[in-house]
Amino acid sequence: MPNTVKEMRLEDRFVSAFEMNVGRTLNGTNRKLQDLRQTAIERFRELGFPSPKAEAWKYTNIGKVLKRHYSVQLAAPHTGVSRSDVERHLIPEMDAHVVVLVNGRYMRDLSDLGELPSGVVVAGLEDGSRRYADLVNKYFGRAAKDDDVFTALNTAFTLDGLFVFVPRGKVMEKPLHVVSLIAANDDLFLQPRNLIVFEEGSQARMVETGGDLGAAHTFTNVVTEVFVGSRAVVEMYAVQDDGPNASLVSNIEAHQEGESVLSTFTITLTGEVVRNNLTVVPDGEHCETHLFGLFLPIGDTHVDNHTLVDHAKPNCMSNELYKGVLDDHGSGVFNGKVFVRRDAQKTNAFQENKTILLSETATMNSKPELEIYADDVKCSHGATTGQLDREALFYLRSRGIPEKEARGMLLHAFARDVIDEIKIEPLRTLLDRRVSERFGW
Amino acid sequence: MPLLEVRNLHAKIEDQEILKGVDLTVNPGEIHAIMGPNGSGKSTLAAVLSGREEFEVTEGEVLYQGEDLLEMSPDDRSLAGIFLAFQYPVELPGVSMNNFLKQAINEQREHRGQEPLSAGEFLKMMRERAALVELDPQLMSRAVNVGFSGGEKKRNEIFQLAMLEPKLAILDETDSGLDIDALRIVADGVNSLRNDDRGFVVITHYQRLLDYIIPDLVHVMVDGKIVRSGNKDLAFELEEKGYEWVRSEPAVV
Repeated sequence: MPNTVKEMRLEDRFVSAFEMNVGRTLNGTNRKLQDLRQTAIERFRELGFPSPKAEAWKYTNIGKVLKRHYSVQLAAPHTGVSRSDVERHLIPEMDAHVVVLVNGRYMRDLSDLGELPSGVVVAGLEDGSRRYADLVNKYFGRAAKDDDVFTALNTAFTLDGLFVFVPRGKVMEKPLHVVSLIAANDDLFLQPRNLIVFEEGSQARMVETGGDLGAAHTFTNVVTEVFVGSRAVVEMYAVQDDGPNASLVSNIEAHQEGESVLSTFTITLTGEVVRNNLTVVPDGEHCETHLFGLFLPIGDTHVDNHTLVDHAKPNCMSNELYKGVLDDHGSGVFNGKVFVRRDAQKTNAFQENKTILLSETATMNSKPELEIYADDVKCSHGATTGQLDREALFYLRSRGIPEKEARGMLLHAFARDVIDEIKIEPLRTLLDRRVSERFGW
Repeated sequence: MPLLEVRNLHAKIEDQEILKGVDLTVNPGEIHAIMGPNGSGKSTLAAVLSGREEFEVTEGEVLYQGEDLLEMSPDDRSLAGIFLAFQYPVELPGVSMNNFLKQAINEQREHRGQEPLSAGEFLKMMRERAALVELDPQLMSRAVNVGFSGGEKKRNEIFQLAMLEPKLAILDETDSGLDIDALRIVADGVNSLRNDDRGFVVITHYQRLLDYIIPDLVHVMVDGKIVRSGNKDLAFELEEKGYEWVRSEPAVV
């Protein structure tokens, strides 16, 4: 007998899963979150997943990976992950507070926070929204707007994630290392939610690394809200290396108050389809924003970095440098938007995207966008996509360096621009080694 | 055995024939100067000898120490002992002088069956050779040629020559863009590297360099061929009479 049941649209599967689980998710008794969720699922239903014609998704075929039969049921925390799995993902010589998430769920027993400075909170979001309800309610949903379908979906469904709170004036000497592991035997749709708050004058560094321990296909739809208080100094590093079965849509919405410094690093080594949406709003005078990216897709990996810096206030500076090396059938997208509002006089905004293509089958689409409404600003943008410099290659060969090594040297040098900006030495060393391995030098 | 034998060399780029039958023989210990007007093919000769792939050899042969040079890749030519000092040395952002030289030296040493240099030996060698061309040792931690002045870039070429100790050094208009002081430093460097086993081909547009680097033979290249050869006095004659004189009176010594 032919199967006459019509396949449900993925959107409908989510909606019906939501209806089945109302009240169960996150803090079921927290009225505010419950209302947010209801609004979010309605928004999601209205928006629907992006069609291939949507401008923001023109070069990234997210539909292809969305089509899989992911389990959209809310899953219980995974218990099959061991300490040695975590240890493999630690960074040699990096003394850090370690927090572990598995499939987007906070794992207290696998974490090793050590001694946190007093007042600093690192907890699962589910746990945090109960124990620190006021704090969570104060910030949750303020930066991330549900006018993006993936954000709306995440708000509706998220079960857990990370809650970090660094109080006023606190300096975290050691970085917070988030080890984010995927352990799935069936195809899973994961939706962690992170809420990261750095109060005024605080200083902190966060490093996120991870990996895929299983063999199934996964789709992680993660939303991270970051609040950087005035005069706070924050560095956030993300190393994306989940392998060819893991797709990712990451929405980071960061909000900066005056005189703060935010530096982000997005290093993408592997993945199936990786889409990073990074939005920063420097919403006070004299903010500094530094956005660095390095993407090295091989195989069939697709990496799409969309950034938006929304200059709302005067006397701020932002600086973006995204570099990529594409090989095999790897593909990349860079869309960097800088918005300078009318009152944002004396804004300095710089943006650069440089990509090297090593194969004829690799493709890159680069689109800088500047929308400037103030008249006393310094803004620049540059995008170059091309092959390795042949003159440079010949110069090295003319000194006896064989072609393969010469290419490796030049590619490593190319990546070094971004790697050298990493201020945590053990992380810089690790990534430098990964780059060495990738380029054979 | 001659170091270099170029016989009836013809070469073209895209569809343009540039070298139209070049003959040149360089023996160990000799310094040959090649002069000629713009477009005569001097730099093309250097490019073909160093192995640039944009040029196609259509006729003739080149023997280096009796072996077919044209069969060899650019890096193999370097390992065999050929060095080209570029007219326009390229910048290598992100590649430090230290790493670059260390890699090059160790490739040479590996080729010759020698152990790589220790860090200390390398440092010592670098300091000595840099001094030959008055190159600031501080530049060693910088990226190759990035932010170097014109003079520093040219001196860097001679510095590399000193480090790699080639058998045949081809200097492609090393003097172009140099003031008289820089020129003297470069010339002193080259002179200190002269020995009985090493051959030099000095390509220059102006006679001036040859006041300091005294050549054994001077060749004049016009329209893709060497049309006249002589001793160092030929350079003075050229300076006085100009290239037109050679065009109208070709004679090979």
